[in-house]
Amino acid sequence: MLDEIQKSILAEVADLHGVPMGAYNIRANGQLDSRNTTANIDIVTKTDVSGIDIKVKDNTKNESVHIPVVLSKSGLKEVVYNDFYIGDNCDIVIVAGCGIDNCGTGDSQHDGVHRFFIGKNSKVKYVEKHYGQGDGTGKRILNPQTEAYLGEDSYMEMEMVQIKGVDSTVRNTISKLDKGAKLIVRERLMTHGDQTAVSAYTVELNGEGSSADVVSRSVAKNNSYQKFDSKIIGNNACSGHTECDAIIMDDAKILAVPGLEANNIDAALVHEAAIGKIAGEQITKLMTLGLTEEEATDRIISGFLK
Amino acid sequence: MLELKNISFHVDDEHGDKEIIKDLSLKIDDGKFVVITGPNGGGKSTLAKLICGIETPTGGSILLDNEDITGMSVTQRANAGISYAFQQPVRFKGIKVYDLLKIATGTNISIADACNYLSEVGLCAKDYINREVNASLSGGELKRIEIATIIARNTKLSVFDEPEAGIDLWSFQNLISVFEKMQENNSNRTILVISHQERILNIADEIIVLKDGAVDKIGSKDEILPTLLGTASARPSCSRINV
Repeated sequence: MLDEIQKSILAEVADLHGVPMGAYNIRANGQLDSRNTTANIDIVTKTDVSGIDIKVKDNTKNESVHIPVVLSKSGLKEVVYNDFYIGDNCDIVIVAGCGIDNCGTGDSQHDGVHRFFIGKNSKVKYVEKHYGQGDGTGKRILNPQTEAYLGEDSYMEMEMVQIKGVDSTVRNTISKLDKGAKLIVRERLMTHGDQTAVSAYTVELNGEGSSADVVSRSVAKNNSYQKFDSKIIGNNACSGHTECDAIIMDDAKILAVPGLEANNIDAALVHEAAIGKIAGEQITKLMTLGLTEEEATDRIISGFLK
Repeated sequence: MLELKNISFHVDDEHGDKEIIKDLSLKIDDGKFVVITGPNGGGKSTLAKLICGIETPTGGSILLDNEDITGMSVTQRANAGISYAFQQPVRFKGIKVYDLLKIATGTNISIADACNYLSEVGLCAKDYINREVNASLSGGELKRIEIATIIARNTKLSVFDEPEAGIDLWSFQNLISVFEKMQENNSNRTILVISHQERILNIADEIIVLKDGAVDKIGSKDEILPTLLGTASARPSCSRINV
């Protein structure tokens, strides 16, 4: 059973206030806490490495899988491999997320390796939230690696959110798309204190008519460091767009490296990157509506990251 | 009542020390519709910013209902009852029209209330309530949303800096109706508008002509407007938007 701290983390990363509906696998401090499978979605523990296989049958529609991870023991380090096998013609939502509460002196680290094999004509929404709390000196470290292989005419939307409390993160996402497949990525990132966050995407548009839209919005506060490195490779007649839009504050540093590689004359690729501080007139406008300078700044940031 | 006493405002930039407002004094009574006009560069927008606290005067004092607000911040003045509609409204990524109206009213207003404010400025609420106040909105749409936030605030003093600029397909007559309705709902509500437009000057109780940072003329519409007709301080509206 989860304790109160673990429950509060669960609410942050998976918006869960109790047992979720549908299939789920809750992992707490390196152990399986609870699991539920459905007629269409099976979850099996891997035998060679730590992790699970999630198998979704063909034609599974309007079902969800929650696989949150909570770490509340200081000094725990783990690498977990989760593989998702999504059949053809599915429409499902997958909610993953990791929250760390570290009140101790040891570093707590969760490195999740997620692989998605998505069948033809399937639609997947993947939500991943990362969150850290606890006032110990031990660091909270999350290094997610995501691989997504999109079958013909499939669609995947990834919502990646890391707003608070993670000291160090190196996030690597790679994706390969077949004919007619579409990938949408919406990343929201905020770093504060001395945190560092590196987020790298490599998207290969291999099939004719495939497309990708990778957009990151981030805020770097205090002394934190962020690197956004996004590369879209067009190997066929395809379209790709990547965008990094960042607000820089205090003494933070941000490096944006949008990259495009076209290997086909019909590849249409676009990148945009913008880094800047909050415009003074935005703060002034909200102050004329009655907010204090601090409230105005918070409002602008929360809107930007919404 | 708003009272400016011996207000002066200097800027010191690469062109040297420049006096933008010179020892300016005036009183604006409650419930009045006052239009400030005058040549470009005469200090009109600066005066509006001094009243709202965006700029701080280098000399003199500003009183609202006999309380000295000269040292108050923009936020304090907003909460004391001053609203300010920007000449060029600000865009925000991620803040929706509904959010802006909620901030303006300071309460968690219902969608129906928000819709009422948008209808006042001729926007179909259904199309706008969940739009972000970002670059996807035209200058005219932004301007009307800006005016809606001022209606929503419902403060005793509302300052509009060239509200007619860029109102595109909306008409002057609608803008004038907005002003009239604001005062109908609250007869003590004071509206201060910076404008060159003859049709806006025409509904003024009082007109102030600002020139070279000082009051050149002040008086009732009937006294002042005839002296301005045909000058740049009272321009007829463009025939294309004169609906």
